[in-house]
Amino acid sequence: MANQGVNRGRRRFLVAATSVVGGAGVAAVAAPFLASLQPSARAQAAGAPVEFDVAAVEPGQRVSVEWRGQPIWVVRRTDEMVAGLAEVADRLRDPDSEVESQQPAYAQNEYRSRDPEILVVIGICTHLGCSPTYRPEIGDPEMGSDWQGGWLCGCHGSRFDLAGRVYRNMPAATNLVIPRHMYRNDTLLVIGEDEDGEAI
Amino acid sequence: MASNPDTKIQGGVLGWVDARFPLSQMWNEHLAQYYAPKNFNFWYFFGSLALLVLVIQVVSGIFLTMFYKPDAELAFASVEYIMRDVEWGWLIRYMHSTGASMFFVVVYLHMFRALLYGSYKKPRELIWIFGVLIYLVLMAEAFAGYLLPWGQMSYWGAQVIVNLFQTIPYIGPDLVTWIRGDFLLSDATLNRFFALHVIALPLVLIMLVAAHIIALHEVGSNNPDGINIKDHKDENGIPKDGIPFHPYYSVKDLVGVGVFLMVFAVIMFFFPTGGGLFLKADNMIPADPLVTPDLIPPVWYFTSMYSVLRSVPDPFLGVMAMGAAVVMLFFIPWLDRNPVLSMRYRSFAAKFNLAVFVVAFVILGWLGLQQATSEVSEMSLRFSTVYFAFFFVLWFLSKERSMVFSLIAFAVVVGIYSFYDILRFDPDSAGLLMWSWLIPTVYLFVTMVVPAFARGLGRDRAVPERVTS
Repeated sequence: MANQGVNRGRRRFLVAATSVVGGAGVAAVAAPFLASLQPSARAQAAGAPVEFDVAAVEPGQRVSVEWRGQPIWVVRRTDEMVAGLAEVADRLRDPDSEVESQQPAYAQNEYRSRDPEILVVIGICTHLGCSPTYRPEIGDPEMGSDWQGGWLCGCHGSRFDLAGRVYRNMPAATNLVIPRHMYRNDTLLVIGEDEDGEAI
Repeated sequence: MASNPDTKIQGGVLGWVDARFPLSQMWNEHLAQYYAPKNFNFWYFFGSLALLVLVIQVVSGIFLTMFYKPDAELAFASVEYIMRDVEWGWLIRYMHSTGASMFFVVVYLHMFRALLYGSYKKPRELIWIFGVLIYLVLMAEAFAGYLLPWGQMSYWGAQVIVNLFQTIPYIGPDLVTWIRGDFLLSDATLNRFFALHVIALPLVLIMLVAAHIIALHEVGSNNPDGINIKDHKDENGIPKDGIPFHPYYSVKDLVGVGVFLMVFAVIMFFFPTGGGLFLKADNMIPADPLVTPDLIPPVWYFTSMYSVLRSVPDPFLGVMAMGAAVVMLFFIPWLDRNPVLSMRYRSFAAKFNLAVFVVAFVILGWLGLQQATSEVSEMSLRFSTVYFAFFFVLWFLSKERSMVFSLIAFAVVVGIYSFYDILRFDPDSAGLLMWSWLIPTVYLFVTMVVPAFARGLGRDRAVPERVTS
C-alpha cells in the first residue's frame, strides 16, 4: 500500500463517476416509490357517470347528488332567483364566466347552465375544498339586504351567487366548477358525461 | 475523545461494556459532567417536559396502533371500539389526545423561552434551526394523526389543509391528487397518513430531537442572564457558574415533571375534550364527503397560522403568507443582530416587541377559531401584519438607530400596509378599517419612533460579568 504514485486525476474521476452512477441509482429507486402514491388503477376506474331525474326537484330546492365522491348540486331556480343573477353581476369577480377551466362551453352563459332554470354545479369551494352552505333566501338578514341567494362557505367565508359565481374580494378566486353533464331526455340528467364523451 | 481500553481502570460489567461502547463517557458528557448554568429558572422546565411528552406519545401511540384499523370503512368504529370495549382503551386514547395538545403547549413555551433569553443567538443558531424543524415535523405529525379517527373534523380539516397545495400554480391540482392518492380524500389517503403518523414522521422527529440535544451539549446551555458561563472557568476547566446536570437539574426537572403530570392528569381525566379545543364534538360524527360542518376551525395549535392564511384574500398568497409565518422563524438568529442575549438587559422597546408578538400570536389563535366575519378577517389581517412586523422590528432593534433612519423606516413599513388599505378602501367598512389601522401603527410607533426620541427606552443595559442568581 504505497502512497506514492497516486493518480489524483483518476481518483477524482472515479469519485465523480461513482457519485453519478449512485445518484442515478437512487433516482431510479425513488421513481417507483413516488409513483406508487399516484391514484391506483382501482381508484381511476371508480368514477362512472351518474344519472338523476330533475323532475323531482321543487322550485328553489337544492339536491345533492354524489359523483366521484363529490357533492353535485342540482338547483331548480325560481324566476325571482334567475332575475337576481343579473343584479349581482357587478359585484362578482368573473360574472361572464371567462375562466374557461371552470365550466364546459355550453355553461359559459349568464346562467352557467344548459337550462336557465336548472343549475348543476360541483359543490366544492374553489378555495380549499369545503362544501359551502346553501343560503337561498333573498335578503337573508345574515347575508345582507342585497343578498340574492347563493352559497356561503363556512370555512373561509367565500360567497357565491345562485350560478356558483364568486363575489369579489373573497378567499376563493374562481367560480364553482360546472361538471360536464347533459340531459338524456327532458328531465333525466347525466352527470360526468356529455355529447363529447365521459369527463376525464 | 476516543476512549482507550488500556487505560481503563474500571473492571466488572461496566468496564467490560466501556471497553466496547462509550457508555460511561456518554453518561458523563450528557449528564454527570454536563455543566449547565446554575441560574436556570421556571422557563427551563419545558425542554425536558417536551421529551417526557414525546415518550408519552410514543408509548400511548404504540398501544393505540394495536387496536386501530387504518381503513376508511373501519377507522371510526375502531376508535369507538378503543373507547368503549378495550380495557382502559379510553385512558390510552385520552392520554394520546391530551398529549398532542400538551406537546404544543410545552413546545410553544419552550420557544418563548428561547426568544426571551436569546437562546437562538450565536453560537446556538443550529439548535434553534433544529428546534424549528422539530416544530414543523410536529405540526405534520399532529395533522396526519388528526385524520385517523375519520370523523367529520378529521375529514374536512384534512380536506382544507391538503387543498392548500392546490393553490400552487401549474402543478397544484396534480400534486394534490398525488398527496391524496385519489381524486378525493379517501381510504388511500387515510392509509398513507397512518404510515406517516406512526413510522415516518416519528422517526424523523426522534432524529431531530437527538440532533437538537447533541448540538445543545456541544455549545452548552444558555441561561436567563444570557451570559456564556464558559468564559469563567476554574483551574479544572469547569465553568464557575456551572453545575452538573445530574443530579442538580435532573432533580429539579423531576419537580417540573410532577407538577406537569398533575395538570396532565386533570385534563386527561376530567376535561379530555378541553371544551372543544382538544377534541371537537363534530369529530364524533363519521366522515361524510358530501356534508361540510358549518365551521371548520383547526385544532387550537394551528389556529394562529390559520388566521394568517385567512387574512389574505388571494388563495396562493394566503398559503405563501402562512408558510412564511413559519419559515420566518428560521431567520431569527440572523435578523436579531443585537449582541445582548437576554431580555433582562434589553431595552424597553425590545421587551415591548416580544410582548406584542406573544399577544398577537394568542389573538391570532383565538381569531382562527371564529367564524370568518368581516371583523374577524380585518383583525386577522392587522394582527398578521403585527406578526410579520415583529421580525422587522427584531432586526431594527439590533442597534441604536439614528433619528432619520427610524423615521424613514417607520414611514416605509406603515406606508406599505396603508397603501394596501387605500387599494381596498370601501366606504361601508371605513370605520373598522381606520381604527384597526391603529393596531400595527401604534405598535410600530412605540418600537421604532419612540426610542429615537426617548433614547432611554431604546437603550440596552449593561450585562454583568457573571450570572446573577
